[in-house]
Amino acid sequence: MSDWIDVGAVEDVPALGSRIVQAPGGNIAVFKAADGTLFALRDRCPHKGGPLSQGIVHGHSVTCPLHNWVISLESGEAQGADQGCAHKIPLRVNGARILLAASALLPNAA
Amino acid sequence: MPKKLVVIGNGMAAGHALEELFSRSPDAYEVTIFGAEPRVNYNRIMLSPVLSGEKAYEDILIHDDAWYEANGVTPHRGKQVVQIDRDAKHVRAADGTTAEYDQLLIATGSLPFIIPVPGASLPGVVTYRDQDDVESMLVAARKGGRAIVIGGGLLGLEAAAGLKAQGMDVTVLHLMPTLMERQVDPSAGYLLQRAMEERGIAVRCRANTHAILGEAHVTGVKLDDGTELPADIVIMAVGIKPNAVLGKEAGLETNRGILVGDNMRTSDPNVLAVGECVEHRGTCYGLVAPLYEMAKVVAAQLAGDATASYTGSVTATKLKVTGIDLFSAGDFSEADDRQDIVLRDVARGIYKRVVLKGNHIVGAVLYGETADGSWFFDLLRKETDVSELRDTLIFGQSYAGGASLDPTAAVAALPDDAEICGCNGVCKSKIAQTINEKGLSTLADVRAHTKASASCGTCTGLVEQVMALTLGDKFSRAATEPMCGCTDLGHDEVRRLIGVAELKSIPAVMQELGWKTSCGCAKCRPALNYYLLCDWPEEYEDDGRSRYINERIHANIQKDGTYSVVPRMWGGLTNPRELRAIADVADRYNIPTVKVTGGQRIDLLGVRKEDLPAVWADLNEAGMVSGHAYAKGLRTVKTCVGKEWCRFGTQDSTSLGVKIERFMWGSWTPAKLKMGVSGCPRNCAEATCKDVGVICVDSGFEIHFAGAAGLHIKGTQLLCKTAGEDECIEVIAALTQLYREQGHYLERMYKWADRVGLDAIRGIVVEDHDKRRALFERFEISQRKAQIDPWAERAAGRDAHEFKPMANFTLAEAAE
Repeated sequence: MSDWIDVGAVEDVPALGSRIVQAPGGNIAVFKAADGTLFALRDRCPHKGGPLSQGIVHGHSVTCPLHNWVISLESGEAQGADQGCAHKIPLRVNGARILLAASALLPNAA
Repeated sequence: MPKKLVVIGNGMAAGHALEELFSRSPDAYEVTIFGAEPRVNYNRIMLSPVLSGEKAYEDILIHDDAWYEANGVTPHRGKQVVQIDRDAKHVRAADGTTAEYDQLLIATGSLPFIIPVPGASLPGVVTYRDQDDVESMLVAARKGGRAIVIGGGLLGLEAAAGLKAQGMDVTVLHLMPTLMERQVDPSAGYLLQRAMEERGIAVRCRANTHAILGEAHVTGVKLDDGTELPADIVIMAVGIKPNAVLGKEAGLETNRGILVGDNMRTSDPNVLAVGECVEHRGTCYGLVAPLYEMAKVVAAQLAGDATASYTGSVTATKLKVTGIDLFSAGDFSEADDRQDIVLRDVARGIYKRVVLKGNHIVGAVLYGETADGSWFFDLLRKETDVSELRDTLIFGQSYAGGASLDPTAAVAALPDDAEICGCNGVCKSKIAQTINEKGLSTLADVRAHTKASASCGTCTGLVEQVMALTLGDKFSRAATEPMCGCTDLGHDEVRRLIGVAELKSIPAVMQELGWKTSCGCAKCRPALNYYLLCDWPEEYEDDGRSRYINERIHANIQKDGTYSVVPRMWGGLTNPRELRAIADVADRYNIPTVKVTGGQRIDLLGVRKEDLPAVWADLNEAGMVSGHAYAKGLRTVKTCVGKEWCRFGTQDSTSLGVKIERFMWGSWTPAKLKMGVSGCPRNCAEATCKDVGVICVDSGFEIHFAGAAGLHIKGTQLLCKTAGEDECIEVIAALTQLYREQGHYLERMYKWADRVGLDAIRGIVVEDHDKRRALFERFEISQRKAQIDPWAERAAGRDAHEFKPMANFTLAEAAE
């Protein structure tokens, strides 16, 4: 089994936006910041499981659409006074393609 | 006996590699060079000054004939190599010329990218790559007329400026929201657009080319939105792609470009490659500095130094348009472990941003004053520890290591007669004198006595600095609650300045009002998006990325990530056809919950996001549109049955409610807006706890407003009474427009009314007929673009990426 799996093209993800990758292990949100940097997190806010992919992206953070927790795209950690972590998924860009760590797509993946 | 070196491509990369080689070991090789262009090596990056007329072709030659002769190079000009035989180690050109090699260097450069639209091959469509392209542009420019440049990147803008300098009427079309978005951030992109427009170049961002028009020659460009723009010449400057064809055909490993290792050798150790045709560690370069760095390594390798290696380049960009200074380098993205130092000099149109990671500079964007660009770039490349310089870093090299600057130092340094307020012609000493003479201490006093910052207000920051200088510790800024951490300005100030300074985009607001962050936050972006939409209804393009999810995709997100869908039921009226359509939709898409809402309509709960466009298409089919149940905008107009059925009804409250809703649906407001119309004072539509409520009486219509029944319970206040329905609707629309123009984002109508005062509102909406009419007309204008059903647009394909997952893996696929 290969370590990395191709999930789409860099241009498929709009800047300041995100796309979802559906997988047996649960949805993964792939974000693109204004500067073009890509990130992947579990699409679950550590607070009440809100879909982070639907939040507003600003700087290298996303604000959860349910209760406005601000989550760092770099670490998955909640910012400010809130505590919790949305798991970060290893992501690599190869040319114009986005690759995710294949293990993250499986059930019971961290 | 020297070995044979054949070079394919006679451009800057090849030329530089040879220069380096000859300086290292002049006699190691017998060199043959093939160039597809009938010219010798010239400085391609100086084509823009040739186009603008600031330089001639001769000025940009790098190697003249004498150079080739002196170095014993055999040049084959205008001969394109069509085949490499790696077994026999020779190359063949189109005209049959062959050459044998011991070492081969491929430097075929790049090809302009042509967007595949109808008409792309018409005469009059040119790319911007070589001297031939420049000559065709100059020929077109001599006839004058209109030029369209497709692509607002580095090349496109240089071409546009050049053609404008040659007297053409130039329009730049750019797909993205801001110019040069790959090299600079939106703030600098905004300043750049402004500068281009100031020199008479029209710029259209978010412009997607649909087709190039014309029969025998180009006549214009058609955009996706149907706009047709006339043109006598079209310049395609959307980008370049590595020209790797020859390498690929020769069986070398290629991807986007010809793959090379750190030793600049391809998969065949006797074949090297350099320049824009190369892909190194996943990157293809299109700027000159990396080519030179590669060329050095190529030369060292050819000279026998097998250890020479290229490890990639950090690039810097400079725009070569006279009068526009723009520099960017490195990585200017934001991150938690990075810190931004931002300096905006609003008056002079300067924007500087240096991005630090730890004690090192990792990126820089400079606009308006780029003298320190090379200094920053040097610190960046050398990873210099800048912690000692940090306090004054952003001021540039001349301040490096100096004392930390007081924020008022710049103002302190201004001469006494420096003009602070341009509108009213007030200079620095006048403000200081008046403060001392009259004992002033507040901004309001200074405005009243000097008129400084009393007109457009953009100099408020400067005036406050003069006050701080004059008053010392006695000065304290007026305590307005700032909009968010990105600015010191409050909502009112921001709204006022958007109007007077005619700021029409989010980057424009952030630049002109001195935002402290580069792209705002989740608090200010939705607010600015609303303010701009409200103030410039005909011009401003809504920015979906600055909207909360519900408004971005026109449905209400639920706690499990599914959505709820509420179609509009005008005034709470429905019919069997609509009900059947709703029932069918619920069946077809397995919608688990169907509920009647408090606003007299039906809510479909638990709709999967992927199903939304199809659900909307089906509801549209039955004549229903979005109920905007998710919007900071008009929600419902609740009605009772009125005199048509009710024995107490005094007026036709149902049809009035329908009329109001038909007129006002789709409008965006600072916060949600709910209305009600009751047919008599028994008030079955509960109109007196709505944002706007009408109570019908025998003699006409009482208009109530500023009620709420949510977090706070608040009865309405009576605004006025009207005799007829038309006047009633006019008052309601004018009231709503006043709220739209004055409300702070997320401020409900009752809070706005408390803040502004009932009398002030009544004075405008009820007592001043001209102002009421003007408000009504502004509302009508804004409705023209607002009343487009967002569901129909998305069912037809808009924002399709929002609704589809990028990829979907089954267990078996993921496990493989």
